[in-house]
Amino acid sequence: MNKERFAVVGQPLPKIDAWSKVTGQTRYADDLVLPRMAFGRLLRSPHSHAWIRRIDTTRARALPGVYAVITGADLPPVKFGILPVSQDEEALCREKVRLVGDPVAAVAAVDEETAERASELIDVEYETLPPLMSIHDSLAHPEVRIHEYGDGPNIHKLVALQFGDVDAAFAKADLVREDVFYFEGNTHLPMEQHAAVAAWGPDGKLTLWSSTQTPHYVHRLLTKILDVPGAHLRVIATPVGGGFGGKLDPFAHEIAACRLSQITGRPVKIALTREEVFYVHRGRHPVLMWLKTGFTRDGDITGSHIRTWLDGGAYGSYGVASTFYTGVINPVTYKMPVYKFEGARIFTNKPPCGPKRGHGTPQPRFALECQLDKAAEQLGLDPADMRRRIAVEPFTKTANHLTVTTTGLVECIDKVVESSGWRDKRERFGARSAGARKKGIGIAASAYMTGAGTAIYWNSMPHSGVVVRADRSGGVSVLCGATDIGQGSDSILAYLVAEGLGIDPKDIRVHASDTDLTPVDLGSYSSRVTLMCGMAAIQAANRLRTAIFEAVAKKLEVPPGALAARDRKVGVPDDWDKAVPFAQAVELGEAMHGVLAFAGSYAPPKRAGKYKGGGVGPSPCYSYSAAVVELTVDEETGEIHLDDIWIGHDVGRALNPLLVEGQVEGSVYMGIGEALMEEQVFRKGLHKTPSMLDYKSPTTLEIPDIRTYLVETDDPEGPFGAKEAGQGPLLPVIPAIANAVYHAVGVRIDEVPITPDKVLRGLELKRQSKPARIGPDRLPVMQWKEPLVVESAFGQPAEAVVLRPFADPTPRA
Amino acid sequence: MKRLIQLTVNGQAHDLVVTPVGTLLDVLRDDLGLTGAKRGCDLGACGACTVILDGRPVNSCLTLAVEADGSDVATIEGVAAPGRLHPVQEAFAVHGAVQCGFCTPGMVLVTKSLLDECPEPEDRQIREALSGNLCRCTGYVKVLDAVRAAARRLRAREGVR
Repeated sequence: MNKERFAVVGQPLPKIDAWSKVTGQTRYADDLVLPRMAFGRLLRSPHSHAWIRRIDTTRARALPGVYAVITGADLPPVKFGILPVSQDEEALCREKVRLVGDPVAAVAAVDEETAERASELIDVEYETLPPLMSIHDSLAHPEVRIHEYGDGPNIHKLVALQFGDVDAAFAKADLVREDVFYFEGNTHLPMEQHAAVAAWGPDGKLTLWSSTQTPHYVHRLLTKILDVPGAHLRVIATPVGGGFGGKLDPFAHEIAACRLSQITGRPVKIALTREEVFYVHRGRHPVLMWLKTGFTRDGDITGSHIRTWLDGGAYGSYGVASTFYTGVINPVTYKMPVYKFEGARIFTNKPPCGPKRGHGTPQPRFALECQLDKAAEQLGLDPADMRRRIAVEPFTKTANHLTVTTTGLVECIDKVVESSGWRDKRERFGARSAGARKKGIGIAASAYMTGAGTAIYWNSMPHSGVVVRADRSGGVSVLCGATDIGQGSDSILAYLVAEGLGIDPKDIRVHASDTDLTPVDLGSYSSRVTLMCGMAAIQAANRLRTAIFEAVAKKLEVPPGALAARDRKVGVPDDWDKAVPFAQAVELGEAMHGVLAFAGSYAPPKRAGKYKGGGVGPSPCYSYSAAVVELTVDEETGEIHLDDIWIGHDVGRALNPLLVEGQVEGSVYMGIGEALMEEQVFRKGLHKTPSMLDYKSPTTLEIPDIRTYLVETDDPEGPFGAKEAGQGPLLPVIPAIANAVYHAVGVRIDEVPITPDKVLRGLELKRQSKPARIGPDRLPVMQWKEPLVVESAFGQPAEAVVLRPFADPTPRA
Repeated sequence: MKRLIQLTVNGQAHDLVVTPVGTLLDVLRDDLGLTGAKRGCDLGACGACTVILDGRPVNSCLTLAVEADGSDVATIEGVAAPGRLHPVQEAFAVHGAVQCGFCTPGMVLVTKSLLDECPEPEDRQIREALSGNLCRCTGYVKVLDAVRAAARRLRAREGVR
């Protein structure tokens, strides 16, 4: 790969917003202050499950300093939800609350203290219902219903898909393993607590500033929720202080702030407390998993069957998608000729779960990678060699009709195996190490999508749009609906446009995530932004360049094809002395064409499998990762100390290696937290640890050295070949830790998080010569529906480049 | 009952009327518009609200405004001369230590305090100094890189003098 041909791409440049962030100048939602602004507060349910019999706001309204008090009766009587198939939420509950923390009323007042005092003066009469607090509870009590809709009593969603004959696949296997795993729920814990400011103007138009990852979906849903025309709504995503999937739904505080602003005629701010953020949640689903896989004696997979039970919490949120994701991405990593997936999402009276970094895939990845480790041991194979052997082939289809383009998985495995000293340590560590502190080393691998191939609501429009404009000042602005949540999407836009126009990223201003000014982008989720905005940005920049080249070509009396743009000049490379400075080139362009503003559009290739449910899982391309973890387990305390992590990640191309490494390291970090300490658990409906003090997350003291190896495969679908980096590298970390713990002390912890008490219990079982395994042993009794049987597409060749809806006719160089 | 206090913030003296329950963070953000100090947890667990009070980094969400009466406070807005960057800020920007940026002001101030006191910190000291500042984005790797780079840069500058 020739990096020389790029000026900006591949350079470790600082992010364009780094300067304002290191000086504290970046204005997050809670930093916004508007004249006459009121402060809002939500009153939330203290019950897990109850009818609302009466709400009396008289005392609250009478408190001096209170501007308005609203309940569900003050909002249009519609239910909403981020997915069209799960319209089950109300901003302020009217009849029923379904979890501790469900909002029932909202107050706007002169300051936060007054708003809070007023909220305490709202009298609500509840009639409590039996709370259902677990998958088992909810399935065992069909007479108690959390919602009236779904695929069965308290069953939100059932999925059953089969690709090929699994029974025949198991029959021809040399080894068939059945294992049960559990992955506890955990939460995003963004540093920034959600906040929103709404200002309803005298012209009847509403502006909402919010810490959201998806201003477009919020805009779209607010028109329905507030019953106002979309044309009169403007949603601006403020710089997001950490999202990780937690700021992807429309939230009660945003909706209440809008309505309160309309009623009071003032801007209204509502900032959530940390405790509220824990209850708002939408984080990692707790998932119980049963996994049956057949292996040949060489380690090939003959077929695999997974069942997943998701504890969804009280509302739908992204849950239908989450359910699919616990099954459909599994076949993308390894050759899996036959596949069956059954998934069930169960409603419980807890905070709703949704998308968190890796959305629905870390749980089955944990199960599959731990099962592979067990199979490798039984077959006498090295776990790294086995994975290498069964890595999926490039440009083929999976059993469930997903198209794999490039894959650098083998190279990722080789990098981490070589650099970690895997073979030597596999021999030396484990039972052989002396003393009570046992060393272990483990491996796992994974794949993840680079953007969802379909939008949340069905449509034929672009998934992302970019406008690039330039004027005689030489300044270039980039307008895009994408939201920078810290991943650096604003910077990527600047780099790509600078590359295309031969200017410096500093010469570019990026205006992002404002539904009035920027073309629609669907949002910062599913690792879609670099690829989708990037492709749109390249197209827009190329169109602008073509216009400028035409004008410069006329002046220099050369054909446009002879021109190049670099170093802030446009000219003929062999006659660079005559090159025109960029600002002058723009002037020529403006004189020839009029205003220079060009749009780029992107929509993914249409590759959805032609079966019901085939829309979840397709992606333009998939990233690949492999991780090796070295750790020490103290057999006396059960404590796990991470010594080193090696991670190889196939990113297609690192548009900025500094940012890509940052995404990889951040993913590894988050995986470590989930593997060892983070859990979102409840006692009698209450969150056990709703503060940053009690909910443990890794600090500088728990994070080992992380050694990142970027693999570049130059994918034909990505901008300059780039694939995702922000989620995939989380996936192998968790099972690699579990496998390393087993290597160290011979205890299988089939349950996340892997805490010291579980290690000690496992060691005790080992001492008693019982199977040294900690994990679930009970599965819910459930009637699965008949699977949709589809022929396996495994191994079919995939076309290298397919037609994309808005792509320019000329093929990519 | 309101109280009158005096604070010197980033070199500027302010007379302020505060409530007995108001925190230093409230005063900085709401009364002085210094929003670089961030509210992340309200109980001293995350470090995002860090400011330097009489030369020492503190969680301003745990410091009552009345306690700070008569003190000297430095915030992220005052860590470098206007239009310039402190070497720690420069290092955080250049080494990719900033992602969402919400923890960054607190991290920068803790790092500055550490390097003021201990120009040649060992890795263990850096990790300990920053262990009260949570970051959910970076995995701390690039943060640690930035701190080491800033330490080298500051030492080099001292050497020149």
